[in-house]
Amino acid sequence: MSLSTTTEEPAEGGKRTVEIDSHAINFGPQHPAAHGVLRLILEMDGEVVERADPHIGLLHRGTEKLIEYKSYIQAMPYFDRLDYVSPMSQEHAFALATEKLLGIEAPERAKWIRTLFSEITRILNHLLNITTYALDVGAITPALWGFEEREKLMEFYEAASGARLHANYFRTGGVGKDLPAGLEERIGEWLEGFPKFIDDLEGLLTGNRIWKQRTVDIGVMSPENALAWGFSGPCLRASGVPWDLRRSQPYEMYDQLDFMVPVGRNGDCYDRYLVRVAEMRESAKIVRQCLDRMKPGPVKVADNKITPPSRAEMKRSMEALIHHFKLFTEGFHVPAGATYTAVESPKGEFGVYLVADGTNRPYRCKIRPTGFAHLQATEFLSKRHMLADAVAIIGSLDIVFGEIDR
Amino acid sequence: MAFLDRTARSFLLAELVSGMALTLKYFFKKKATINYPYERQALSPRFRGEHGLRRYANGEERCIACKLCEAVCPAQAITIEAEPREDGSRRTTRYDIDMTKCIYCGLCEEACPVDAIVEGPNLEFATETREELLYNKAKLLENGDRWEPAMAARLQQDAPYR
Repeated sequence: MSLSTTTEEPAEGGKRTVEIDSHAINFGPQHPAAHGVLRLILEMDGEVVERADPHIGLLHRGTEKLIEYKSYIQAMPYFDRLDYVSPMSQEHAFALATEKLLGIEAPERAKWIRTLFSEITRILNHLLNITTYALDVGAITPALWGFEEREKLMEFYEAASGARLHANYFRTGGVGKDLPAGLEERIGEWLEGFPKFIDDLEGLLTGNRIWKQRTVDIGVMSPENALAWGFSGPCLRASGVPWDLRRSQPYEMYDQLDFMVPVGRNGDCYDRYLVRVAEMRESAKIVRQCLDRMKPGPVKVADNKITPPSRAEMKRSMEALIHHFKLFTEGFHVPAGATYTAVESPKGEFGVYLVADGTNRPYRCKIRPTGFAHLQATEFLSKRHMLADAVAIIGSLDIVFGEIDR
Repeated sequence: MAFLDRTARSFLLAELVSGMALTLKYFFKKKATINYPYERQALSPRFRGEHGLRRYANGEERCIACKLCEAVCPAQAITIEAEPREDGSRRTTRYDIDMTKCIYCGLCEEACPVDAIVEGPNLEFATETREELLYNKAKLLENGDRWEPAMAARLQQDAPYR
C-alpha cells in the first residue's frame, strides 16, 4: 500500500517541483456513510478512486461457531442478528433448512404468516436502504419520512413477536404464536396508504436532478460481471438478470402468488434504486394477497417433539409436560444429513448450509451472506470514480455488516 | 414537443419545485412524532422488556427452580442455584440474570411452566454502571412486584395464543 508521498525537491533557482503521489485514505470504520463498520482503504489519485480495499471483520461475533454449540431452538435468535434490518428473512432460511432435514412442512397458516412477514421485512429493508442511501447522497427528507413508515412496520413486528427488531418469531415447524386478533386488519389499513407513500418518496427522488446526477451511470455492472461477481437480489436484477429465488425455486407460498420481478437495464446505482422501489410495490401486492388468502388454522406442526405444546395442554397432560421439558432442555434431534437452503432475502440470496449429525445441535452451519459478494465488488465498481461516488456505490449495494462479518 | 416540454421542465426546476411543494404539504399535516417521556406508544401484550419474577396472590414466589429457563437461554445469561426450603418445598437460593448478556429472545418466558419469569413491559432500565445490570433474585422479585398488574394483564391478553 503506498502511503501519501509528497516529494519536495530542493528549491532550484526559485523553482520548486511538487509531485503528488496517490494518497491512501481510510473511509470508515467511523464514517457515517460506511453503513456500519466498513473500513475501506481508498487509494486516491486526487479525488479519483484508484483502488478500494474493503477491510472486514470488525463486527465478527463467531455466529457460525456459536450455533454449533446451541440447540436448534437456541440457534434461531442468532439469525435475527446477522442482517439486522431484515431479521425474519434469515430466520426463514434457517427454519426451512431444519424443516427440510426433519422432513416436515409447516401448516398452511404458518406458511402464509411467514410469507406475509417476509414481504413486510422486504419493505422494511428497502425503506431503510433507499432512505439512508439518499441520505448519504445528500437528501435528508426521505430518511425522515421513511422512518415513520418503518416505525409502523416495526409495530407489526412487535405485535406479532414481541420485539421490534430481533423477532425470534419463525420457528422450526411454524411460527412462535399466531397473529394477535386485529393485526391483520391493522396491516390491511396500513396497506391502503402505503402506495401513496411510495409515490411521495419517488416524487422526491426519482425525477430529482441532483439524485440522478449522483446515481445515473455510477457504478455500472454489466449482467455478465454481475453474475461473475456473485451478485444476487436487487443488485443482480438491476443489471438485467431476471433471477429471483421466489420465482425460480418457489418456497413457502410464492408459487401461488401473483407478483412481478422488477428488472433493471443499466445496472447502475440509479437502477438499483428503481428496482428496490418497484420491489416495494410488488411486496405490498403480496402482503395484500397473503391477508386475503390467510385462513384460521394451526400455526405449528402438531408434533410436540418439535414444537412446544400449548400452555393449557402442558398444565393438564403429563405427556405434554414431559414434551415441554424435553424440548426446552434438550431441544429436538435432527436426523443426519446436509442441506443448502436459500431464501430470497431483501438483499439477495441468503443461504444456510446446514449439516446435522443426528444430535440436537447442528454439526456445521455455514451462512451464505448476501452482502459479502456485493461488498467485494466495491473495488470493481468504484474504480476511476470520484470519492463521493464511492459513497453512492456502497449505499446502492445495500451492505449490512452484521451478516458480512457474522 | 417532448423536447420543448423537457427543456421547459428542466429550466423551471419542475422536479425540485414539486419536491418542495410536497415537503410543504407535509409541513401542514398532523405530526407523526410524539413527545417521548410524556407521551408514549402502546406496547403489544407480547412485548419483551425487563424481566421480573412473579409471585402468587398469597405472596408465595412462583419459581420452583426447574431451571428450564437456565437451560434454554441461548446467551447463558441465567444462573440458578436451588435447595429445599425448611418446609420441604423446592425454591431457588440464587436466581441471577446478567442483563448485559440477555438478548431478549423471550425463550425463558416461553419455557417457564409456572409463568414465574416474565419479560415485562418495562423498557427503561438503563443504568450508569455495568454492575447494576447484573440482576439478582431480590431485584427480580422486586421487579415482579412492581410490574405485577401489567404483567398479569399482559399474560392474560396473550393467553389464547400461548
